[in-house]
Amino acid sequence: MKHIKFRIPLIYCLLVSAFFAILVLNVNTGSLSISPGEIFRILLHGSDGSKAANVIWKIRLPRLLAAAVLGGALSVSGYLLQTFFRNPIAGPYVLGISSGAKMLVGLLMVFVLRVRSGVPFYVQMGASFLGSILVTGFVLLFARRVRNMSSLLVLGIMIGSICTAITDFIITFADESNVANLHSWSMGSFSAVSFHNLHIASAVVFISVFCAFLLSKPISAYQLGENYAASMGVPVKAFRIALIGLSSLLSASVTALSGPISFVGVAVPHITKLLFGTAVPVVIIPGAFLMGSIFCMGCDLIARTAFAPSELAISTVTAIFGAPVVIILMLKRQRRHELG
Amino acid sequence: MAECYSFMASGMAVGYHGKALIRDISFELPKGQILTLIGPNGAGKSTILKTITRQLSPVAGTIYLGQQNIHALSGDALARQMSVLLTERIHPEMMTCFDVAAMGRYPFTGRFGRLSSRDRELVHTTLSRVGADDLADRDFLEISDGQRQRILLARALCQEPEVLVLDEPTSFLDIRYKIDLLDILLEETRRRQLTVILSLHEIDLAEKISDLVLCVKGDHIWRFGPPEAIFRDEIISELYSLNHGTYLTRRGSVELSRPEGTPSIFVIGGGGYGIPHYRALARKRVAFAAGILFENDLETDLARTLAARIITVPAFTGIMDEVWQDAWQTIQNCCAVLDAGTPIGSLNLTNSRLLQAAEKSGKRVVRHIHELD
Repeated sequence: MKHIKFRIPLIYCLLVSAFFAILVLNVNTGSLSISPGEIFRILLHGSDGSKAANVIWKIRLPRLLAAAVLGGALSVSGYLLQTFFRNPIAGPYVLGISSGAKMLVGLLMVFVLRVRSGVPFYVQMGASFLGSILVTGFVLLFARRVRNMSSLLVLGIMIGSICTAITDFIITFADESNVANLHSWSMGSFSAVSFHNLHIASAVVFISVFCAFLLSKPISAYQLGENYAASMGVPVKAFRIALIGLSSLLSASVTALSGPISFVGVAVPHITKLLFGTAVPVVIIPGAFLMGSIFCMGCDLIARTAFAPSELAISTVTAIFGAPVVIILMLKRQRRHELG
Repeated sequence: MAECYSFMASGMAVGYHGKALIRDISFELPKGQILTLIGPNGAGKSTILKTITRQLSPVAGTIYLGQQNIHALSGDALARQMSVLLTERIHPEMMTCFDVAAMGRYPFTGRFGRLSSRDRELVHTTLSRVGADDLADRDFLEISDGQRQRILLARALCQEPEVLVLDEPTSFLDIRYKIDLLDILLEETRRRQLTVILSLHEIDLAEKISDLVLCVKGDHIWRFGPPEAIFRDEIISELYSLNHGTYLTRRGSVELSRPEGTPSIFVIGGGGYGIPHYRALARKRVAFAAGILFENDLETDLARTLAARIITVPAFTGIMDEVWQDAWQTIQNCCAVLDAGTPIGSLNLTNSRLLQAAEKSGKRVVRHIHELD
């Protein structure tokens, strides 16, 4: 395993380079063409009120940073869920957790916006977290009975569908003026992100990811199963609560800010492990975060440029890349079962 | 005498959801000894082991590790003193055998589980001790069951425990891996005073490895003692409720049931020459008689277990006339005589006379049962 020693720093270097490359590419791409030198100047000097500066500071940057932070959050959230369920295809979207968060935020918006003009973002975050925890609780309740990984998936999709149906139902009866916004949000998009909301969400995301990183050691023990982990001194109950809490916080932040985004949580951790050639959590947690950022920024770039000026929903793009990974994972698992 | 035992259960009752399945479990296990739990399927061996390793809480009673009540220990403190080998299969993703074994260092490493050079060295020596050093870089999911069990044993040993608990470690292993695994356990107990508690299905192996044996039957500990006291034909037969088969202590073997009926073949054996023929006849479900055997012959136990009728004489005596008559009567009721080929000496001369008489009277005399097909 000598090559691993060099492989990990090498891949990290590549990921960091890719991160900055796609960052620059993303700032640089759009309907208004701005020269790189100009962009650099605007970034350095802050907003000067010019049209270009406004485009950069008010539109491109928040959206870009949201994609970076939330992409990372989603993939770490997926990784934690995969650890929890010991199932490679678990993720906030496929288990319906994102849809649960969406449902609660939708409910909140529709009912509160009737009496007030706006809902503070942290309240949305709270609702989103509540929705995530609620659905996770449901999935857990049923997951005790289904040990099989495909059943878990079907379960998640069903719960997700129910939540989505309820959300659609609410939106149908919402005020005309809110519908447009709510509708685009419920499809998942980075476009409506403001810096203020991003600050709050980022704080939650970074703290959660850091906590997840601190859990690296018990996560690695947990890979041998609950009982072995307990026998090595992992306080399994508290550990499981921490996993669920952190993954819910992460996916709740994403959903509150940009609506549900599909498949990132499943696809990215898997790709990250393949890339690093290891599943050691100390390596994979930061790696998956970086990789998730890159993945989402890339997908967002495609979403807004592929058919410009009309824009694709971000989930449309992430699904195209992410869903095949789920299929591959299932086939792989199936083959292993056949081999015994 | 607190120092002389390493492990003690006192008045322990085990079960699920507060309902006791097995009560009044009390035993002491001195340091450096091997305790084996035996008993029929579903008797609760695993439940006891799970309680000992704290996967389950005891319904009543206390378990001591040295001086300490194990349920008062922190998870970490317990992990530094006790490690386990479980029956459950594990599916660690993208982990090498080295990684899995190194997980045993968990209670001793820091915040992020980084291995020190001493840890790495220990993992390597442990892997070579279990004969798996060549597997270190292989993916754990790609090796055979027998190899996995070795790696998991290495993991448990890397934890440098005082007490090692193994739940049916030999199930699913072929005979070579079974022997290897138990040999390693013996080696470790003698080398560094490791105390071992395990459950086994193979009573023949249990007899060979145990210092103490605990028989679990019904809702209590049925017998507890050294192997000499436990491995007796009648105790084992009763423990497992053997109605048809038999456990032969002196042979350490398990026998299938005897073909019943009037003997149709008379086997003249002795000195172990008859054994393959007894087995062959039992396999074909042909009732047979065996004789004339000395009571202390190495095949007498087996003949007594498998033959419908057996004719014996006391050890080291000549064969008396009435015994000869008895044997001759039996032969006359059989349709054939099987000569196992036992060498004839002065003490068993009578057996050759039996053969000659049988031949003279026109009985079929064969050397192998195939000849009778």
